[in-house]
Amino acid sequence: MIRLRNLHKSYPMGSGSLHVLKGIDLDLGRGELVSIMGASGSGKSTLMNVVGLLDRFDEGEYRLDGVDMSALTETQAARYRGQFVGFVFQSFHLIPFKTAVENVALPLFYQGVPRRERNRRAAEFLEQVGLSDRAHHLPKEMSGGQQQRVAIARALAAQPKVLLADEPTGALDSVTSREVMEVLQGIQEQGVTVLIITHEHDIAEMTDRIVHLVDGRIVEDYPTARAGGSQARPQPAAAAGGEARA
Amino acid sequence: MIDRDTWGEIVEIASRNKLRTALTGFAVAWGIFMLVVLLGSGNGLAHGIEHQFRDDAINSIWVSSGRTSMPYKGLQPGRQVRMTNDDYDEVITRVPGVEHASARFWIFGNQQVTYRGETGSFTIRAVHPGHRILERTKVIEGRFLNELDLAEYRKVAVIGTVVEDSLFGEASGVGKEIAINKISFLVVGVFDDDGSEREKELIYLPISTAQRTFNGQNRVSQILYTTGDASLAASRAMAGETREILAVNHTFDPEDMRALFVNNNVENFQRFVAMMSAIRGFVWVVGVGTLIAGVVGVSNIMLVAVRERTREIGVRKALGATPGSIVRLVLAESVSITAVAGYLGLIAGVGVLEGMSALLPEESSFFRNPEVDLGVAVSATVLLILAGALAGFFPARRAAAIRPVEALRDE
Ligand SMILES: Nc1ncnc2c1ncn2[C@@H]1O[C@H](COP(=O)(O)OP(=O)(O)OP(=O)(O)O)[C@@H](O)[C@H]1O
Ligand SMILES: [Mg+2]
Repeated sequence: MIRLRNLHKSYPMGSGSLHVLKGIDLDLGRGELVSIMGASGSGKSTLMNVVGLLDRFDEGEYRLDGVDMSALTETQAARYRGQFVGFVFQSFHLIPFKTAVENVALPLFYQGVPRRERNRRAAEFLEQVGLSDRAHHLPKEMSGGQQQRVAIARALAAQPKVLLADEPTGALDSVTSREVMEVLQGIQEQGVTVLIITHEHDIAEMTDRIVHLVDGRIVEDYPTARAGGSQARPQPAAAAGGEARA
Repeated sequence: MIDRDTWGEIVEIASRNKLRTALTGFAVAWGIFMLVVLLGSGNGLAHGIEHQFRDDAINSIWVSSGRTSMPYKGLQPGRQVRMTNDDYDEVITRVPGVEHASARFWIFGNQQVTYRGETGSFTIRAVHPGHRILERTKVIEGRFLNELDLAEYRKVAVIGTVVEDSLFGEASGVGKEIAINKISFLVVGVFDDDGSEREKELIYLPISTAQRTFNGQNRVSQILYTTGDASLAASRAMAGETREILAVNHTFDPEDMRALFVNNNVENFQRFVAMMSAIRGFVWVVGVGTLIAGVVGVSNIMLVAVRERTREIGVRKALGATPGSIVRLVLAESVSITAVAGYLGLIAGVGVLEGMSALLPEESSFFRNPEVDLGVAVSATVLLILAGALAGFFPARRAAAIRPVEALRDE
């Protein structure tokens, strides 16, 4: 589904530039649930923005569902984004003056789906995240976990092939985090490739595979216990996390 | 381009910031209001002046004599210039381009006019047949004077509607004999006139008959003629030629403006037209200026709104909104606010003009029918939409340039 080869990205900084991604090679298959871990500033969000076509990259190759994603115009990027990618953010980013169902229907609006169909599908996805009863509530009338589930429903509304979540549980308590992770696991089962960024090991352990980023490079990439990869764990910390929950 | 959903978004956003939307709209509404009221008032002024010209043929030259004010060829100033039939004949034959012409012979003071015991006091105006065109006299019954009346010194009269009413009441005056200063005249026609009420209290007589009957000899008080479709320059040449002829005939300096008064309506009208277009130009400049101030206001407020909505726009982009769709959203919002507010301003402006119209006295002469015509309304509408688009342009560009990565970064 996603194929990155020797991907580089720098941010211009004053006179020089800040080299953030220093040659990333990564393959994500259809229906994989993968987490990215790494210290603050290691380039996790940058990588996710590039994968989500929110940002450009400088060098290397990126194929999404077999399509070359280099040198896209803004409009092309927006089209592919709407078509292939769903986003979930740490702070939800629901549109505050729209109700849950309106938020979920928004990506479909940009896909040109007619209103009636849009609302029908939005209701369906809300149901899937268990929030049918909150369809006409505004974001401020919902808890953090509920808001994040609305955001997930919204990310799914346009039936993307990839779901990207930058610290989706960062603002949630552990119980709510688990709920959200279970929703994401359900999505994975529908064949959507899910990529999440997290700082929490027990969250990462709820995915199939952990990619560890240090200073713009992938230093480790291994399956978790959930994927039956206990023998492949090279990191004691990760192993401890895994065993704690096993 | 703007479907129901975009509309929904605009209404939603506009109503979320009611005060801001109202303030923004007010600036534009005020601009259009001013433009409409100013243009309407300009039109009122134009109509008023047009009305002044309505009485007489616009393309006419009016000549009346005065007293010399400069010594000339050994003659002292202060001589009265008396025009005659010969002057009239010479002017209308020698001045090129004369179309319809008439002389006027004034009989001093009002005359006693009677019909079977009914008596009234009216002004007599002795003229040639061409006078009908010059004064825009409307014959509503019978006929006007003709050449034969003059040639045969017929004692015939054409009377105004007011004269007819006071002498004959409901009955028609045509074919009746009236006595003017105890001399009998046959009424051959009745006329109406768009000019003032006084024009309808006149009695027209053939100039030849009047000169003979009222001891006028060959005297002429005024000479008037139309210039056809002569240009301004040509009409000036005609006026100059007329002055030359009379200066020679009566031995006065052609430069002596007090010896002869030549009133060129072509020139007056032209001057009026020039003044009107100047006023109109001024009004547009002021009105459009006001409107531009409104547009700048809208643009600024939209910029602020876009900045406030940076995060929301970032989210929309992440959800697949193209830059084009963002531009459309902002432009549509700007155009709708401008259009709705402007339309309200237009209605208010037209309302004020209607009110002015209703309050104006009927016979007010310098200011009449302040109104805006369809053309102005259409131009104003086009202007509004352009203004809205212009006001939205910069904010829209800024919105489209928002980078979602930056807009969405968690603080
Ligand atoms: N728009 C930008 N312009 C310049 N530098 C940037 C920009 N965005 C990120 N950076 C820099 O790039 C580096 C990587 O940032 P990134 O957000 O990818 O880190 P991260 O791994 O997501 O960190 P965190 O865990 O804190 O979210 C950081 O040093 C950051 O300062
Ligand atoms: Mg980050």
